[in-house]
Amino acid sequence: MMADQETAVAGGHDGGHDGGHGHHPTGWRRWLFSTNHKDIGTMYIVLSLVAALVGGAMSFWIRLELLDPGIQFNVFGAGEEAAYFQFYNVLVTSHAFIMVFFVVMPALIGGFGNWFVPLMIGAPDMAFPRMNNVSFWLLAAALVLLLVAAFTQGGPGTGWTIYPPLSNADFHPGAAVDLGILSPHLAGASSVLGAINLITTIFNMRAPGMTIHRMPLFCWSILVTAFLLLMAIPVLAGGLTMLLTDRNFGTAFFDAARGGDPVLWQHIFWFFGHPEVYIIIIPAFGIVSQVVSTFSRKPIFGYLGMVYAMVFIGFVGFVVWAHHMYTAGLDVDTRAYFISASLVIAVPTGIKIFSWLATMWGGSIDFRVPMMFACGFIFLFVMGGVTGVALANAGMDIAFHDTYFVVAHFHYVMAIAAVFGMFTGFYYWIGKMCGRQYPRVLARIHFWSFFIGVNVVFFPQHFSGMAGMPRRIPDYPDNYWGWNYVSSIGAFITTASTLLFFFIVWRTLTAGEKVPANQWGEGATTLEWTVESPAPFHTFEELPDMTDKQADE
Amino acid sequence: MTATRTDNRKKNRLTAMVLFTVAGSMVGLAFAAVPLYKLFCQVTGFGGTPRIAAQAPAAAPTDRTITVRFDANVNPALPWRFEPKKTQVTVRAGEPTVAYYRATNWSDAPVTGTATFNVTPFKAGEYFSKIDCFCFTEQRLEAGEEVAMGVEFFVDPEIFNDPNTQDVTAITLSYTFYPAAKGKGKKGGKPRQAKAKQAKSLGPVSVAGRPVKG
Repeated sequence: MMADQETAVAGGHDGGHDGGHGHHPTGWRRWLFSTNHKDIGTMYIVLSLVAALVGGAMSFWIRLELLDPGIQFNVFGAGEEAAYFQFYNVLVTSHAFIMVFFVVMPALIGGFGNWFVPLMIGAPDMAFPRMNNVSFWLLAAALVLLLVAAFTQGGPGTGWTIYPPLSNADFHPGAAVDLGILSPHLAGASSVLGAINLITTIFNMRAPGMTIHRMPLFCWSILVTAFLLLMAIPVLAGGLTMLLTDRNFGTAFFDAARGGDPVLWQHIFWFFGHPEVYIIIIPAFGIVSQVVSTFSRKPIFGYLGMVYAMVFIGFVGFVVWAHHMYTAGLDVDTRAYFISASLVIAVPTGIKIFSWLATMWGGSIDFRVPMMFACGFIFLFVMGGVTGVALANAGMDIAFHDTYFVVAHFHYVMAIAAVFGMFTGFYYWIGKMCGRQYPRVLARIHFWSFFIGVNVVFFPQHFSGMAGMPRRIPDYPDNYWGWNYVSSIGAFITTASTLLFFFIVWRTLTAGEKVPANQWGEGATTLEWTVESPAPFHTFEELPDMTDKQADE
Repeated sequence: MTATRTDNRKKNRLTAMVLFTVAGSMVGLAFAAVPLYKLFCQVTGFGGTPRIAAQAPAAAPTDRTITVRFDANVNPALPWRFEPKKTQVTVRAGEPTVAYYRATNWSDAPVTGTATFNVTPFKAGEYFSKIDCFCFTEQRLEAGEEVAMGVEFFVDPEIFNDPNTQDVTAITLSYTFYPAAKGKGKKGGKPRQAKAKQAKSLGPVSVAGRPVKG
C-alpha cells in the first residue's frame, strides 16, 4: 500500500511543471533526503496510514477480548493469566500512544499541515526544509522504538498516562518502559521542531497581501496547534526525563518513600496531556471550517470569532489540566476552580459549532463526501462535547472515573471526531495531492459504514460505563455483557469500513479520474486550488499577490 | 528575489531562536515545578501538608478544643514496628502539645528510616503547625532498639474562623516510615546523595529532630 501510494504520487509529477527548477532527487533519495514540503507531507500521511493499521488492529483485539466475559485470547496458554493481563495492558497502552502520536498528529499536523499551509499562504516551501526532514525521521524512529518496547520484557503496561508508581522500577523493572517513554520523547522532539517550522513559516512567509487576518482558518488552526505543541511538549519532555532518572539513576521525583510525590507526575503529565487533546482536535476544526465553507459556497460565518475561539481554546486549555485528577485528592476549592475553568471551554467551542451551522444556513450546500465527513465530525464532536461538559463536574467525574463512560467520552471527542477530521481532509485534498478523484460511490459507502460502525462501538459504552464497567480490564462480570457485545459488533463494522478505506486509497491512486486545478468549483477560494492538480513539485516560485483581493473568508 | 530570500532567512532564524527559547524555558519550568510544587504545598497546606513553625504562637490558647488522632504506617521494606503511644488526644487550639510514637527495630542490624507525613482532612493542613518533629530528620535505630519519638505541634485557632473548616472536629496526623539510606535505588546511581537532598526538603534544617529515648 505504501509503495503504491508513493509511486502514484511520484508518478503524478511526471507530466510536471518543474520549469527551470526541475532537478530534484529521484528514487529513495527523494524520500529519505526530502526537503520538499509536499513529499514530507506525503510521508507523514503514509506513516499515519501504516500506524493506523497497527493501532487499529490493537483496538480490534481489545474489542474481541471484550466480546464475551472471561478471557478469550490468552496467547500465553493456561496458567499464564498474569502475563496475558500484562499483555492486555500493553495493548491498551500501545493503542493509545500509536493513535495519538503516530496516527492523528502525523496526519493532521505533519501531513495536511506540511502539504497545505505553504500552499494556502502562498509560500514556496516551509521556512526550514531540512529541519522538516529531521522532524519526520525522528517520528519514524519514535514509532520503531514504541513497537520495540511492546516486545521487550513484557512491554509497557502503564497506560498512556504512565503514572508512577506503576511505571517505576518496582512494577516495570525491565527496559520496556524506558523504551516506551523514549518514544514519546523522540516524537515530542519531532513535534517541537515541526511546530517551530510551522510557526516561522506562517509568521514570515505569507504572500504579499496575505495578512494574518486573511489567512484561511486551516492555517490559523495549525498556528494555534503549533503554539500548543511548543508550550506543552517540553513539559512532557521534562516529566519523562524525571521518570527516566527515577527509574535508572536513583532520583526520587515521584517516589513517596524518598520525599517525592507521585501526584506531581499527574500534574506534569496533564499539563501536557490536556493541551494535547486540543493539539489533536484543533487542526480538525481548521479542515472542517474549510470544507463547510467550500461546500456551502459561502465564506465562513464569523471568521474572526472562529479564529479567536481557537486561540481562546488553546489558551484556556493550559489552565484546566487537573480536571483529569479529581480523584487524586484535590480539595474542594481546587476542584471548584477546575470545574469552572473547564466549563468555560464550552463557550468558544459553542462559537465554533454555531458558526459552522450558520455557514451552512442559507448556503448552497453540496453534499460531496468531504462535506458528509465534516457534518459527521460536527455531530460526533458535539456528542463527545456534551459528555465532556458532564464529566467536567467533579461530582459526576468521581463516580465515572476510570469507567467506560470516560472511554466513550474521549473516543467521541478526540478519537473518532479527529479521525473524521482526517477523512474530511483526505477526501477534500486527495485530488490536489495525487491529481485523481476518489471513487464516489465507495467513498459514500465508506462514510456511512464508518459513521454507523463507530457509533455502534462507542455509544453503548456510555451505558456500560454508567453501569460501572471499568477501563483497562480484559474481563468483566456477566451483567456487563450486553452492551459490550453490541460495542464489539460495532468494531467489526468499523474494521470492515477501515479496510474499505484502504481499498479506496488504492483505487484512487491507480484508477481515479484526473481532476482539474479547482475540482470543487466556486466555493473553493483558497490558494491551493489555484495551482494545478496534482500540485507541482515546486509551487509559488513567483509569490502570488493577494494585496487587491478581498479577504477570502 | 534573492534579496528577499536573504532577508527572509535572517527573519526566520530570529523567529526560530525565539521559539526555541520558549520551548527551552518550558522544559525549565517543568523542572522548576518540582521545588515550586513542594514550596506551594508547604506554604498553602495543600494536600494536607502541615505548617512548620519556629515557636509556639504568642497569643494565649483558646478554650475551644479539637481532637487530634495519630496514625502510623511502615513501608514493608523497613523492618520496624511503629505506632503512636496514644491514638488520640484532645487539645485546646493554640496550645503546643507533645505526642509520642514508639518505634522498634526488630531486625538484627542498624536501620535508618525517614518519615513522610500529612494531615487529613487536607483542608486542615494550613492550620496544623509542627514546632518540632522526628520526621524532620532521618532516624537511626540499632538492632532491636526501641525509642520514643516526639512531635510537638499546635492547632491554629484560626481554624474555627474559616468557613471551610467549620465541620472539622478531628484532625488525623499520619506518618509513613520508609527506609532511608538503602532505599529503592536498586539500579545503581547515587541514592545516598539523593537522600541527603530529600532530608533537607522534608523540613527546615534549623529544627533539629530529637528522638527521645524511652
